[in-house]
Amino acid sequence: MALQASELKVGDTHSEVVVDNLSRTQIVMYAGASGDYNPVHSDEVFVTKVAGYPTVFAHGMLSMGLTGKMLTNYVGDGRLKHYGVRFTSQVWPGDTLTATAEVTAVRTDDAGDQVVDLEITTTNQDGVAVIKGSAIARVD
Amino acid sequence: MAIDRFLVDESHIMMFARAVADPNPIYNDPEYAAKSEVGHIIAPPTFAQASAQFDPDYFLRPKAGEAWFGSAKEPTGIKREKKEGEGSGAAAGGLHAEQHFTYHRHLRPGDVLHAKTFPGETYEKQGKRGGKLIFSETITEYYDQDDNLVVTAKGVGVRTEKVIEQD
Repeated sequence: MALQASELKVGDTHSEVVVDNLSRTQIVMYAGASGDYNPVHSDEVFVTKVAGYPTVFAHGMLSMGLTGKMLTNYVGDGRLKHYGVRFTSQVWPGDTLTATAEVTAVRTDDAGDQVVDLEITTTNQDGVAVIKGSAIARVD
Repeated sequence: MAIDRFLVDESHIMMFARAVADPNPIYNDPEYAAKSEVGHIIAPPTFAQASAQFDPDYFLRPKAGEAWFGSAKEPTGIKREKKEGEGSGAAAGGLHAEQHFTYHRHLRPGDVLHAKTFPGETYEKQGKRGGKLIFSETITEYYDQDDNLVVTAKGVGVRTEKVIEQD
């Protein structure tokens, strides 16, 4: 279901829990699918003894992918024109992430498409932002 | 660094969607997808990142016959730094700081892409602990089998200039 420009207002929000109690296995699945096998994401011996972190942590791109689920659920499939993020904090096994999109503008873009501008924030269970970003999606 | 052949495959899309915990049937159900607005299966928005699988030199993948810097029974002691011209990972120069995708159209099974990667801007910021943070952008353009630009990606990596911290 695509969004209707006429029904969107600046300040509207859409929010979803995109992962609950992130498992180490989910991180391994992301390594396997994406091809990023950096041992900091799956190798407890390496990450604690060599890299010096408390434990493994998620790929930034896993957080971006999880956040993308909220985004496509909101704007509809095939509607994104742009999606960009900054990784603002690390994501650890056991984290629960909530992703939120807020409407910042509804406008016609340079290509003549009706679009919505969205500001994106994903926070962990402590309220710390792990992702801040933006997206542009076509609307009807 | 260029990727000559990035095959967008239905089973890879299914695995990638599972990896980002997205059960949306647009990624795995051809009948559902056929009735949807797009009309066919598409790839999730961050799928282009999986082009690392098709980069023969990607430095964050163990390769047969080559030493790997991750542990075996114990740490191997192997230092692994990215070499010049090796791999196309956005985070290749350190930690991954930002990632941006612009979609000219959405990827679908059967696409056979090729990618061109080139450096973007490099800039410095002062870190909170006094060290210098060096950001470097990498732009990757993905073209389809008809040589149309389909996705433009910009990755930003950050590395710190080593300083001795006095706590």
